[in-house]
Order: sequence, then C-alpha cells, then structure tokens
Amino acid sequence: MDTLLNRYRNVTVLLLVIFAQLILLAYQVKNDKDVRLIRLAAVTAVTPLARTIETVRGGTDGFLQNYVLLKDARSENGRLRSELGKLKLENQFLRTELATADRAKALSVFEAHSPSKMVAARVIATATGASASAVFVDRGSTAGVEKGMAVVTPDGIVGKVLASYPTASQVLLATDPGFAAGVVSQKNHVRGILKGLGHGTCRVDYVQNEEKVEMGEWFYTSGDDRIFPKGMQVGQVTVARAGNPFQEITLDPIGLANGVEEVLIVLEGVHQQIPEFKTAAQPMYLSPPVPGAAREAPTAPTGGPKSAPGLTTDADKITTRYRELGEEQGHKFGENPPGSKPADFNLEPKGGDKPATPQSKPPSPPPVPPQ
Amino acid sequence: MRYSDDHVLLHTQRDTRISRFNAWVVFLVPLAAILFQVYIPLFFQFLAYLELPLIVTVYFALMRRSPIGGLLVGAIVGLAQDSLSKNPLGMFGITKTIIGYVAASVGQRLDVDHPLIRLILGFFFFVFHQFIFWVLSRALLGQQMNFETQRTLVLGLLNAIVAVSLFHFLDKLKDRT
Repeated sequence: MDTLLNRYRNVTVLLLVIFAQLILLAYQVKNDKDVRLIRLAAVTAVTPLARTIETVRGGTDGFLQNYVLLKDARSENGRLRSELGKLKLENQFLRTELATADRAKALSVFEAHSPSKMVAARVIATATGASASAVFVDRGSTAGVEKGMAVVTPDGIVGKVLASYPTASQVLLATDPGFAAGVVSQKNHVRGILKGLGHGTCRVDYVQNEEKVEMGEWFYTSGDDRIFPKGMQVGQVTVARAGNPFQEITLDPIGLANGVEEVLIVLEGVHQQIPEFKTAAQPMYLSPPVPGAAREAPTAPTGGPKSAPGLTTDADKITTRYRELGEEQGHKFGENPPGSKPADFNLEPKGGDKPATPQSKPPSPPPVPPQ
Repeated sequence: MRYSDDHVLLHTQRDTRISRFNAWVVFLVPLAAILFQVYIPLFFQFLAYLELPLIVTVYFALMRRSPIGGLLVGAIVGLAQDSLSKNPLGMFGITKTIIGYVAASVGQRLDVDHPLIRLILGFFFFVFHQFIFWVLSRALLGQQMNFETQRTLVLGLLNAIVAVSLFHFLDKLKDRT
C-alpha cells in the first residue's frame, strides 16, 4: 500500500487538492453562501496595497507632470522660465483641483438633491479574471455599505455591491452578464429586465414584440428589483428590433460611459418619479390662403372672437351666423332666464353673409337626339 | 545561440536540476502579479487580458519541476485570484492547480530554458487554462459561456510573448547559492 501511494503520490495529492476545492465550490453553490474568511483575508491584504499604490501614483504623476511642464517652459523661454514654470505649475494644480472639485461637486450636488441616502466612494481596483466586470471601491462595511446596495453616478446606474468587506466593497458592474435590474422606458413605459452582455453594452430582456420601444428612447430603473430606487437613468436604446420570442433591445449604460472613478453607493433608496417624456414642439407649416377664399369668408364682428384674415374656420362662420341671428331676434347670449323663448337659429340672417352658393348653374349638356 | 532537438528533451540528471528561489520571491512575485491584475486595468483596460498570475504559476511550476510544488503554487495563486473575483472560490483554484501540476510534469521532460519552448508553453498553458475554466463554468456553475476560440488564440499568443520576457526577468531572481 505504501509503495502504491509513493508511486502515485503526485496524482494522489493532485486529486486531493482538486477534491477539496470541489467540495468548497459545491458548498458555495449549493448553499448560495460565500466562504467569507478567505475573501476577507485576500481583500484586506490587497485593497490597502492598491489604495497605497493609487495614492503614490497620484502624487508621483502630479510631480512628474509638473516637473516635465516646468522643464519644457525652461527650454522654451529662459528669461521667463521661473515665472512660466510657476504659472504652469499653478495652472496644472488648479486644473487638477478643478477637475476633482467638479467631480466631487457633481457628486455632492446629486447627493444633496437626491432623496436617497448615499455615500461617495472611489474605485481602487478591478476584480481578477480576463473578462471581469467588477471593481473594488474604497468604502466597506465600516461606512455602512452592505451587499446588494445600488451603485450609481449622477449620470446613471453603475452596478450593485456584490460583497462588502471592512475596508472595501466589490461592485458588480451593469455590463456583467450576471447583472440584472428592473427597468422601464420613459416614453411608452415598457418594462423589462436589464442584463449585461459582458462588454460595453447591456440588453433589455422580456419585452414583448408588440410593445413599442424606439431608438434613442431612455430607460429608467423601475424599482421592481428592490435594489435600485425607481427613476434613475439607465441608458439610451441603441438597437431595438423584433426577436424571438422577445424584442432585442440593446442600450449603452450611461453611468459607465466615461469610465468609473467616483461613485455613490445608495444606502437608503427613495423612489422617484420617472420624468415625463416631452415631445419637442415641431414647427408646423401653414400654406398661404387660397385666393378668393378671403372674400367668401365672413369677417368677425367687432368685439367678437378675433380671427386673422384668411384664417376663418367653419366654427368661426357658425359663431358669426349665430351671433347675427341672436342680435336680430334680441337674444342675449348667456343672459336669458330659464323658460324664455329661445332664438330660432334655423332662420336665414337678414343682413349677414350667406354661405357661398354657386353663382350659376353649370351648363347642362346638350340634349341627345333620339337615335 | 542555436538549439538543436537534442537540447529540447532532457536526458541527464544534470539537465533536470531544480531552480531554487528565495522565499520572498515566491511570495512577492505572485502577489505583484495579482496586484497588477487588479490595479493596472483601471488605467489600461487592454491589460486586463494579461494573465500574469497564470504566467507566474507556470514559471514556478516549470522551474521547480515538482508536480506537488507546482500544484500547490497553482492552488494558492488561484484561490487568491478567486477571492478577488466575482466567482465562487475554487474556479481559478482548480484551474491553476491542474495547470501547475501539468507544467511541473512538462518541466521534468523538456528544456524549459529554451525560449521557443517557453513561447509554446506560454501559449499552450493560456489556451489550456481558458479551456479548463470554460469547462468548469459550464459544468459546475451552469453558466452559458461561449468559448471564443479566435480571441483565445490571439490572447494566448500575446500572453506567451509576455511570458517569455517575464521568464527572462524572473530567471535573474533565482537563488544562485
């Protein structure tokens, strides 16, 4: 037995290690539970390092950029080099500050205006794997972040918290095939499920072919998934065509359009209304009046509804006719008590315009001689 | 330098000498590879396709020429990678365990200092890694993933080229004593 084990020692160890990992995998899949201890150790070990590297990179990058700019200024103009260098340094610094402030301001403004309670976070790393659509952010359970919370930017949704650790959280991006969220279209209120496609776009599933979805139409979160509050922007439809059995709708998630650096994690979501779709006021062409029609059209009396010459409608004609008939019969509109004799509107007005009648009969055809 | 076919296969005991590394190298190099994978793609997205943890696993397995050592390195690197991914723990672990074992077994028979052999092995192990991962995803997790052959072959070639350069650099970290 000993000889046998020694002979197949390598294969035995291989099988044991694989078996142990299979058990681990089966436990997680069957119970839908994570082995938190191992992940916690790895994330706690790696994310502070990533954060440190990011801080060092930011500092070094700023220093190098400023130095290079200063050096260029020296070579360009020796006389003004110190002044120019100083200004460029200041400019660079201010630009960076402004960019940071802009992003931070946009986030804070959105945070302040949004009824939901949110916490700002910064992306510090991506998840492993070639097609990973997950990132790590620098806010974890100590900041109140929990698994399943929505992650958004002022532009739109980004993803949801996949796991929360003390120092960091893992966020599944909306483009991941495992991501799903309830969405509704702005114009036609078509409901569907947003799913990632593994690259830059998402699709909206379970939309019947009979339902109307237009290109360029906006989709918003519907709040059905109980992750994203209702009324958050998702993206614009880029492809919408009939499919089998459901429509094929593709959209670009607007929250991920310009990369993700700073995000907001929704701690307590509050549903909002989806903004009403406003049809743009389209200019309408009115052709010039038909020559001669202006002569036939009765002119509006003084004090009556003013109508532009040449734009008299049938309703205007009837109103004018009724008014004339009423005046002839001493009828005052709106002042006659109940039971008084109503005006007879079937009479022809005496002095008013009559409806245009043919001036002359068309010439009758000549009699046909009997054969 | 010209390599004949005789040098590709190992025949003598002297040829199969085991490379040794300092403990810090064995610890820091895989850690750096994992850090690279989680951090660098933030700035250069195309570098997400670089499987540095795999390359490092293959390197240590090939150089140590010990199947048990190789599979343990693979399991540890794989599990570390799993714990930073969205997959259940064990997906990369099992994949890299197998890779580590096979790489060490190959290292016992081939002259793995040969650059061409390294290129071929780098390519082969990347494709093999992707294939095992794809099989496990479908079989164990029931994910309907497609195996993108063309993409995998191109990425395999790119990873193999990087692997040859990285192996050359890692050779300098060998314990010479």
